[in-house]
Order: sequence, then structure tokens, then C-alpha cells
Amino acid sequence: MSRYIQNFKKFLPLLKELVSRDIKIKYRHSILGVLWTLLNPLLMMIVLSIVFSHLFRFEIENFPVYLLCGQVIFNFYNDATTSAMSSIIANASLIRKMYIPKYLFTISKILSSVINIMASFCALIIVMVCMRVELHLTILLAIFPIALIVIFSTGVGLIIAALTVKFRDILHLYSVFTTVLMYLTPVIYPMSILYGPVYKIVRLNPLTNILIMFRDVIMYDTISGWKTIVAGVVPSVAILFIGVIVFYKRQDTFILDI
Amino acid sequence: MEDSIIEVKDVSMCFNLSKEKVDNLKEYVIKAIKGQIKYDEFWALKNISFDIKRGDSVGLVGFNGSGKSTLLKTIAGVLKPTKGEVVVHGSIAPLIELGAGFDMDLTARENVFLNGAILGYSRKEMEGYYDDIVEFSELEAFMDVPVKNFSSGMLARLAFAIATIGTPDILIVDEVLAVGDFKFQEKCMARIQNMVDNGATILFVSHSIEQVERLCKSVVWINKGNLKMIGSSEEICEAYKNSQ
Repeated sequence: MSRYIQNFKKFLPLLKELVSRDIKIKYRHSILGVLWTLLNPLLMMIVLSIVFSHLFRFEIENFPVYLLCGQVIFNFYNDATTSAMSSIIANASLIRKMYIPKYLFTISKILSSVINIMASFCALIIVMVCMRVELHLTILLAIFPIALIVIFSTGVGLIIAALTVKFRDILHLYSVFTTVLMYLTPVIYPMSILYGPVYKIVRLNPLTNILIMFRDVIMYDTISGWKTIVAGVVPSVAILFIGVIVFYKRQDTFILDI
Repeated sequence: MEDSIIEVKDVSMCFNLSKEKVDNLKEYVIKAIKGQIKYDEFWALKNISFDIKRGDSVGLVGFNGSGKSTLLKTIAGVLKPTKGEVVVHGSIAPLIELGAGFDMDLTARENVFLNGAILGYSRKEMEGYYDDIVEFSELEAFMDVPVKNFSSGMLARLAFAIATIGTPDILIVDEVLAVGDFKFQEKCMARIQNMVDNGATILFVSHSIEQVERLCKSVVWINKGNLKMIGSSEEICEAYKNSQ
């Protein structure tokens, strides 16, 4: 175990370089540069809140904020896992030639997305202030659902990154899967319009529970019930655990398949 | 100082050459159910064992496809051997396929830090080496240019300069001196020689038998994945030349 920790420490600078490379390349040749990290979600949110202040609104107070909360959480999951999925394949040339702990590539993609969710979170607060939504101190607790979604996405990211090396079909299938998943998560609709088996499925979705926790602290100044918390925490930790095992078992065969 | 720094213990490396490339799930499942997934096994290395002593300079020779690069990659930790193990005591600076870590969109300066990190150096350590890298690669004027605009010679110079920083215990050199003009090749050889004199262990692969004779004390000869001969430089090089 200590060997792994030592190895991780040695390559910690690389993790930093990989993340900063992602950010740098994304905004190269743009005048505003890194400022876009904050500006992009902010502009998107302004457009969405204007549109959804007038367009169909369910019986929800502050519907734009309700929607934006859902977007922050779901977009992070989508972003992080999709970029993690191709992290190994995209670095094939490097993996074939140098020894580098392979999980670094996957983790660096997740971390780049973490930077984006931080920016989106700030943008969300700005939008809330502009819309005169009351801000409570409970908002600070949003760190917990965000940590959970990071854990969950890391687990899923490790699993699909490892499997995609062998089965490239996942590259094409996954965007279909995330679309289905988005509609099985209450991003744009309230839970109250669901009934029967669909309600149960949506309720069991870990993303739903994490999202409910997030909205509770951001919008409703409350902390979710223990059932929601358990239904968010247990699958996230389990997925991370499975992800680490799957990745660890398959990593030596990556080089033979890429 | 007679202790081993690299121990190659009975290493075999097997690649599965699947007859048809099955890389989609449906085909894989169907074929797996029918029991039709067949592989041609290809043993790139067969039961190779040898030790390298600290401070030694070892050449690795063999014809194309004999498994030299595969062996180097198992020593560098890129490939995990199918059977056997490789034990390495010390830090390795691999000069295998230089410039593998370059990101073409980044500038030379940024690539120095990225590649340093790939080798396991922190940003602070790299700042210490930075001037040396710039000076050795003779690219002062181009450090802020994205490396996609570099010529292959410029890339090779930068890559070599980065890969040879610090004081690695083991230097693995694979065919990298084939690039650059003769002046730069001389400079590279001098730098490698300098590291040998400072007590680094060198594992050197080249098709140029003259370079091997000049640099190495002992030589390992691999043929079709088997260890054919191992011994002093003069003896093996003579035998190798005669077999050609």
C-alpha cells in the first residue's frame, strides 16, 4: 500500500500539469482566456433563466434556480464521465511508451471537471443573487452533495475508461445512456409529476438523491432526510469501490488493446 | 559495488494476436458464446534472465523483431511481463521513443514542465533544470513557440535535453541517436558518456554496432525472443558482426 502512495506522490506534479494543460488548451487563442470557465456557465444560466421564467413552469417556486441546480449536478456528471471515458484511449501514445500510473489520466479529467463545477457553482450563486433569491448559510453545506457527485463520477469514470479500451462501442453508446439518465433524473421536472414504477426508478437513481440533497441546501434551507442521504452515499461509495477494482484488474491489459 | 541494479528474472512476454480483430461488444459476446474467440499466441520474449550490475554499461543487440524494444519496455515498467519479473533498484530515465509526452498545442516551455512531470519531477525541480535544457537543446529563441511548429530535429533535441536531466541511476537509450545532425549526435553521445563516467548504469540499444562497441562494456544478444549470447563487448560484437 505504501508503495502506491509513494508512487502517487511522485506523480502528483504530473496530475497538476495534466489538469492545467486541459484548462490551458481549452481557452488558448481566446481573448478572455480562463475567464471563460466562469463566463460560459454564467451566460448559459442567464439564457436558461430568462427562457424558463416565461416558458412552461411547473408549480415550483424559483423554477429557473430549480433547473439550474439540476444542470450543475447533471452537467458535471456528464462532463466528468464522458471525458474520463476516453482518457485512456486518448493518451495511448504515451501509455505505450512511458511508465505512468494510468489512473492519473482518468483522475485528471475528473479534476478538470471539478474546476468547471466550482465555476458553475459560483455562476449559480451570482444568478441567485441577481434573481433576489434568499441566500442562507446552509448553502455552504453544498460541498457534501458536490463531494458525493465527484465520488460517484470518479467511480463511473474509472469503470467506463477501463472498459472502453476493450469495447469501443461504449464511446457511441454512452451519450445515448446519459440522455436516458438525464430524463431519469429530476433535472427539469419535479418529482411530484411521477407515479408508479417510474417514480421508483427515478427515486433509486443515485443522481436523483444527490440532486435532492443539493437542492435542499441551496434552495430550501434544509438538510435532506436520512433516507435520501443513505440512498446517495451508499451507491456512490460502492461505485467508487467497484471502479477502483475494475480499473486495477484491467490496467495491465490496456497496453495490449490500445 | 558489485550489487545488481536490474534483475531480469525468467521473463516471458506473450501477445495475443487475435485472428480477427473483435472490438465490438456484440461480436465479442456472440463469439464468446460460440467459443470462437481464438488467439494466435506470439511469444516476443522467452525465458530471458540476466543481471546488470550497478555502474555497468550494457548494449542490447539483435535483428529487427527480435524483442529488444519489448525487453526495454518491460524493464522501464511500460509492459508487465506475462511470466517472470523485473526488479529494478533505482530511478530510470527512459530515452525510449523520445518526445512521447509532447503535447503539440503547448509551447516548448510548457512542454518542458509537462514532460518533466511525466518523468516524475516537480515544477520546482524543473525550474532548476530549465536553463540547462534550453542551453543544451539550443532552442533559446523558440521556447514560446507551440511545438507543432518544430522540425523533427528540434523536437528530438528538446526531448533528449529533457530526458537526460538530473542524475538517474539507470539510463535506457533506444535508437534515439539516429535523429539530429552529426554534431548533435556527438553532443548526445558525449552527454551519455559523461553520465557513464558519473556512475550511471546504461542500457543501450542501437543498430550501429560501432556505437555499441564504443559505449558498452558488456553486451546482451537477443534473437527471436531468446537470449542468444551474453558477455563482454568485444566478444559478442565480433560474433554478431560475423552472423550478419
